[in-house]
Amino acid sequence: MSTTLPAKTLTFALVGNPNCGKTTIFNALTGLRQKIGNYPGVTVEKKVGSFFTQHGEKRDLIDLPGTYSLVPQSPDERVTRDTLLGLQSDTPAPDRVICVLDASNLERNLYLATQVLEVGLPTIVVLNMMDMAAARGEKIDLELLSEHLGCPVVGATANHSDGLLTLRVALSQPARANLHPRKDFVDTDNVSEAAISARYDQIGIIANGVTTYSDIHADDRTDRLDAVLTHPVWGWVVFLGLMGLMFWSIFVFASYPMDLIDILFSKVKEIILGNMFPGDLRDLFTSGILAGVGGVIKFLPQILILFLFIGLLEDSGYMARAAFIMDRVMSRVGLHGKSFIPLLSSYACAIPGIMATRTIESPRDRLATILVAPFMSCSARLPVYGLMISTLIPGGVASAGEKAGIMMLMYLLGTAAAFFFALLFKRTFLRGEPPPLVLELPPYRLPGLFTVLQHMLSRAKAFLTRAGTLILGLSILLWFLSTFPKTDAGLSGSFAGRIGHFIEPALTPLGFNWKIGIGLIGAQAAREVFVSTMGIVYSIDGADKNTEPLRLALLKDHWPDGCLVFTPLVALCIMVFFVFSMQCIATLAVVKRETNSWRWPAFQFFYMTTFAYLVTLALYQAGRALGY
Amino acid sequence: MDPVTTDGTLLYLSDLTPGLIATVVAFIGDLERTKRLREMGLLPGTKVKFVRWAPMGDPLEIELRGYRLSLRRHEAELIQVQLVS
Repeated sequence: MSTTLPAKTLTFALVGNPNCGKTTIFNALTGLRQKIGNYPGVTVEKKVGSFFTQHGEKRDLIDLPGTYSLVPQSPDERVTRDTLLGLQSDTPAPDRVICVLDASNLERNLYLATQVLEVGLPTIVVLNMMDMAAARGEKIDLELLSEHLGCPVVGATANHSDGLLTLRVALSQPARANLHPRKDFVDTDNVSEAAISARYDQIGIIANGVTTYSDIHADDRTDRLDAVLTHPVWGWVVFLGLMGLMFWSIFVFASYPMDLIDILFSKVKEIILGNMFPGDLRDLFTSGILAGVGGVIKFLPQILILFLFIGLLEDSGYMARAAFIMDRVMSRVGLHGKSFIPLLSSYACAIPGIMATRTIESPRDRLATILVAPFMSCSARLPVYGLMISTLIPGGVASAGEKAGIMMLMYLLGTAAAFFFALLFKRTFLRGEPPPLVLELPPYRLPGLFTVLQHMLSRAKAFLTRAGTLILGLSILLWFLSTFPKTDAGLSGSFAGRIGHFIEPALTPLGFNWKIGIGLIGAQAAREVFVSTMGIVYSIDGADKNTEPLRLALLKDHWPDGCLVFTPLVALCIMVFFVFSMQCIATLAVVKRETNSWRWPAFQFFYMTTFAYLVTLALYQAGRALGY
Repeated sequence: MDPVTTDGTLLYLSDLTPGLIATVVAFIGDLERTKRLREMGLLPGTKVKFVRWAPMGDPLEIELRGYRLSLRRHEAELIQVQLVS
């Protein structure tokens, strides 16, 4: 070993079973020095970070997708195997492997570990969750295990930051050569029962040799919790209660920071208005960039709260129980229990929902879930529903009950559509035998606050960079379209106005006029833009903040023949159109990213918008025929 | 047809009820479907404890090698077990 600095940054790879605490160790080592991207050609998330050894040398760290075996069954697991074998095209073979094991579940975790060692790379084994093993009355001899495996072994409880220093020290030392004969795991797609059995026999000998069991193993907390949480009655009560609490928190707690963000953006707007000369450039900043980007950043609090809940549920072990309870329901429409959380998350915003589909192993199930996720009414539809409900109720002010009732109906419609299309896709082009459910139910434990917070922050960062950059571009484009060319006709003569007039013939059968058409075009950037666009169209300033005057302006609008535009039927039609149509470019961009082609977002846009058009057409024509 | 032996103790994993302990005897049918289960340590000779059915009757939860695992009835019907008395 030379003592000079290596010319190239060494790459280490983290590998381990799902639920072994691998990501906690990744976060602890790298902090927020992380980049989330994709492996080329597959829909697998690539997480790379960096850390410094004790000698100040930089190391790249790849967090490989969790797997139970190096014989892959999903694209994620294939990436793990291929990266370790140096077959992953854009990723160099790692210089060292950190194999994380759940100490409280030694036998099954050793299955992967023994495979990883046979890849032949220098390896460090981290025996994580030592506290859980101790709670079960198991004492593991790390030195003996190290002898058996022929590699360094470090004990840790990463959740409580125990053992991380030891790990950092071990990682700072020169790699110890791996003396295991190398196997390739390429031509082993048919692992025989005998081969698996032989490996487990060998593991049984190691595990028994290194573990001393004490008699006091009486941790039945998980049993007692499960007796309630998966109970035929109480299980549902708790499940529905938790989901209700999550939504309630998203809408109630997020409203304060959301108002603050609104205030912040209007302050910035005031500053710009006060310090810049009137003109197109100032308009671009205030009506274009601030309105558009502010509209998206406003949803950050909801996303943070959603991921706080998801993080807590995941880290505590409840998420696996939610999938356990919901699997039967989801299997009715051909999906998996694991599709449930992504769909649920989509009620807040389809973007994190679609990002959450990464836990679904089957590519077909994952695609089906992605394709239907935007039907779940997201929070961006709320302002639209709010405005339309206010014009729908003839008396002017709707009672809370009426509002909630109509709102609930819209949520139900979207959910029904999601299930219907999931079933349709699973029966047609995503047909295939349902993938076997193999779901580990880990013991319950107190979530690590640091782990959950980091999970939240990294998701928030991803949301801001991805959706933010896209929305910024679109806001500028939309502003340009509705500002130029400048004619005496005002908005009507702008590009947006011309497009509105151009598409009006297609919208008249739905009861929509060209002004609503402009709103729909604006809503393509993000649904809530509909409200601000309508505000601009109806020349009402600050329509975002107070829908009352806009409501009155809408109610005065009439067709050339004098008939009112915003009849209750039309308001309902607009809402129904928003329930079903695919209008969020940020979501389409994320779908493109997740499926690695424009084919699926294009298909999604086409089928959802067509469906929305047809349903709205039927509703309006039927309503007219019935005299509304 | 259920290949129940003369003493009636050879069953499928899906036939068990909560609390029963059994030993896996063999995997039948499409082995590809149950490969991951074997990789998870559910092998002939492995002792399993049936923990519970999910609230809606599927999937089911078992305990093996000191951890809990959930699988569907569809796969459990492919696993022959023998009761441990």
